[in-house]
Amino acid sequence: MNIGKSVVIKGELNGSEDLTIEGHVEGTIQLRDHVLTIGPNGRIKAQVFAKAVIVLGEVTGNVTASDKVDIRDNGSVDGDIVSPRVAIAEGAHFRGSVDMQRKGAPAAKGDAKAEAKAEAKTAGTAPAAAAAAQPAAAGQRA
Amino acid sequence: MGLLDRLNTRKTESHPAARAAEAAPIRPTKALKKFLTSLTQRESPVLLDLGPVVGSNVSFFGEQLGCKIFVEDIYAEIERHAKQDALEKLPEALAKRFAQADGAVDGILCWDIVDYLSRPAASALATQLMRVLRPDGALLAFFGTVAPPPVPRYTKYIVADESSLVYRDADATRGRQPVLVNRDILKLFDGLRVADSFLLQHNVREILFRKPAA
Repeated sequence: MNIGKSVVIKGELNGSEDLTIEGHVEGTIQLRDHVLTIGPNGRIKAQVFAKAVIVLGEVTGNVTASDKVDIRDNGSVDGDIVSPRVAIAEGAHFRGSVDMQRKGAPAAKGDAKAEAKAEAKTAGTAPAAAAAAQPAAAGQRA
Repeated sequence: MGLLDRLNTRKTESHPAARAAEAAPIRPTKALKKFLTSLTQRESPVLLDLGPVVGSNVSFFGEQLGCKIFVEDIYAEIERHAKQDALEKLPEALAKRFAQADGAVDGILCWDIVDYLSRPAASALATQLMRVLRPDGALLAFFGTVAPPPVPRYTKYIVADESSLVYRDADATRGRQPVLVNRDILKLFDGLRVADSFLLQHNVREILFRKPAA
């Protein structure tokens, strides 16, 4: 389904099919099991809940997706994103927070220890780095 | 110029991969690994990224490290003020910009933002960063060590892996400011201690700051 350029919606938008918005929506958008696409002309000031959200236009508000948020080139999001997968293209604008809901990171902790061990064994990346690999505070504070 | 030199020159000039590498060279980083180690010691670390949003960095920190990431593109703020010829208002804007609570952030990627700021703006930013960083949190910052280039450019830092970054340059309205000496850097972040400092061959000093534990 499409919401065209000239359409302005204020309020709550619920749906049970994929939706593309090219117009303006203010309020709340809920497409829990479906894909929401904000087209290049779409302007959204809303809390968004969907399975997947593809942004080519502008979104101001928090975006929650159970699968993926994809901000394409020239797409813009001002708000907080909660989604297990987030893709942000090179020319996209984003301001806010990203929470990928990955609770706990035992592997990462293991990696950190391995990294620390490797760090101890590794020599400097560059000769200058080795020479200067000491706190700047040491001897350089006036 | 000999034949081999000419062939080499032509090869370098014409090869798209070589041109791309020149435009976005991969540079070593020593401090990033230590910064990552500090982050991974936390269960669900909160990260504040002051650079322009980079999709692969968001994936790296979000998916691989489980960070909650706040993206605050300070370059864009500088650009906006520079284009409006209102750089004198930047310190005030930076002082008001960060909505995070005191001590709410585990790590800050400051990149080389400070090099682009006037002293009052840098001071306003540093004050906010020291406020939002939790005790024992880490802040990674880069500082140029040679005079800034005549053409204003800024750099997008893309994490290639824990030991290397892609430096992708882009046009800027406001370029780097005169180089900060160590004394000025330490004064700017006087609420933090220098945990590690690396002077790299490509004229960048990487400093990993830590906030003293309460």
